[in-house]
Amino acid sequence: MPSVKIPPVLRKHTGDATEVDAAGSTVGEVLNNLVVAYPDTKEQLFSGEGELNRFVNVYLNDEDVRVLDGLETAVGDTDTVMILPAMAGGSF
Amino acid sequence: MAPEATETQTVEEITPQEAFTELDAGGAKLIDTREPYEYEESHIEGSELIPPGVIADRILTAVPDKSQRVILQCRSGARSYDAAVVLKSLGYEDVASMAGGILEWEAQGLPVESNVNLTPAQRDRYSRHILLPEVGVEGQIKMLEAKVLLLGAGGLGAPTALYLAAAGIGTIGLVDDDVVDASNLQRQVIHNTSRIGEPKTASARQTIEELNPDVNVIEHNFHLNAENILDVIKDYDIIVDGADNFPVRYLMNDASVRLKKPVVSASILSFDGQISTFVPYEGPCYRCLYPTPPPPELAPSCSANGVLGAMAGQMGLLQANEVLKLVLGIGEPLIGRLLLYDALGTRFTELKVRRDPECPICGPNAPEVPESEMGKFPDYEAFCGGHVGS
Repeated sequence: MPSVKIPPVLRKHTGDATEVDAAGSTVGEVLNNLVVAYPDTKEQLFSGEGELNRFVNVYLNDEDVRVLDGLETAVGDTDTVMILPAMAGGSF
Repeated sequence: MAPEATETQTVEEITPQEAFTELDAGGAKLIDTREPYEYEESHIEGSELIPPGVIADRILTAVPDKSQRVILQCRSGARSYDAAVVLKSLGYEDVASMAGGILEWEAQGLPVESNVNLTPAQRDRYSRHILLPEVGVEGQIKMLEAKVLLLGAGGLGAPTALYLAAAGIGTIGLVDDDVVDASNLQRQVIHNTSRIGEPKTASARQTIEELNPDVNVIEHNFHLNAENILDVIKDYDIIVDGADNFPVRYLMNDASVRLKKPVVSASILSFDGQISTFVPYEGPCYRCLYPTPPPPELAPSCSANGVLGAMAGQMGLLQANEVLKLVLGIGEPLIGRLLLYDALGTRFTELKVRRDPECPICGPNAPEVPESEMGKFPDYEAFCGGHVGS
């Protein structure tokens, strides 16, 4: 089953898990199953219209799904889907 | 250092001072057994260059008389020792290797002919840089001439600034309008307990000046905004963005693309860090990676969530490392790559970042900014304040 890497900002919705398994043969299916298992992740990931939020990057292994086939990108059992929201923490 | 005593030939080693005395008296021939680029940087007056790979072929031309006194010298004494062994095997009777090489010669204050300009104190201070073939005197001079702007003298900026200052980055600008707070000191190692309440730029300046008097510190003790940003960044070569909020990150990105300034950008939260290097038009920009900021309720800050001090330091030093590579023009900067660091797992993950053909700032269809509009930017506070995608 593909695994999903959970960024710090979402971990409070996954019981502090940093990586969870989610079934699916496309990136969209994997994320939908993640949302089914952890409903509070939905707001961060998807807009009201069900589109992936633009401020969230989703990677399949090391490649941005935007340059692949987006949510339709095929996912294999050993692949890793990474959710990557922008972070601004720094200096001041 | 001399090799193990398995050599059948033993080589006379002399100190730089002894070599100087002999050369000054006349009669000895000095052969420099380094590479041409090293000789070019600096060499001892009267020395003749024969690189180590060709010493056996060329020595007869340079020194036809095998009874002639020959002193061999290299950078630190190893190559000249090996060359002395070669010469003895060729029948040269009176050969010595100068222990410690030209480094030790210079450390003793003995004169060199140099095409470049470092003081003896600088050659000493930066000797561990100069020893690196990728840096050398030439690279050190690049560092001393470099101007680097740090956005923030805090969790990321503090360690970055310390190491850039130690490295001899000649001009370091610091943008920060905050004062030192006790809660900063767990990670902002450029400040200290006695400076609580002082402006961060002044505190950082004091530490840097005590660390390295070669560094000129410029304080920008105010908030960066659309009106002042171009004036602030225009004279710097490289920008290091460790800002703690999205409006400033987007503003910095858009301004740096306009002025074609490379930005080394890291961010930290809890136990996680991200870093990339954005070189305008050579690789993606911050907006190619993050087209829009998250709404405030989904963008936690360090003040609310905490951050491991050592992790902030590690990310700050990755920033410093990127800056030094850009200044020196060596290695592979993180252009088009986002490096993620998970301090709890001690794991690095690298992701590809591509230029976005639709990028409104650096994409091929991005509107050209006319001179009259150069200093004008959109309202980033509103952009980052929940008007996402508008």
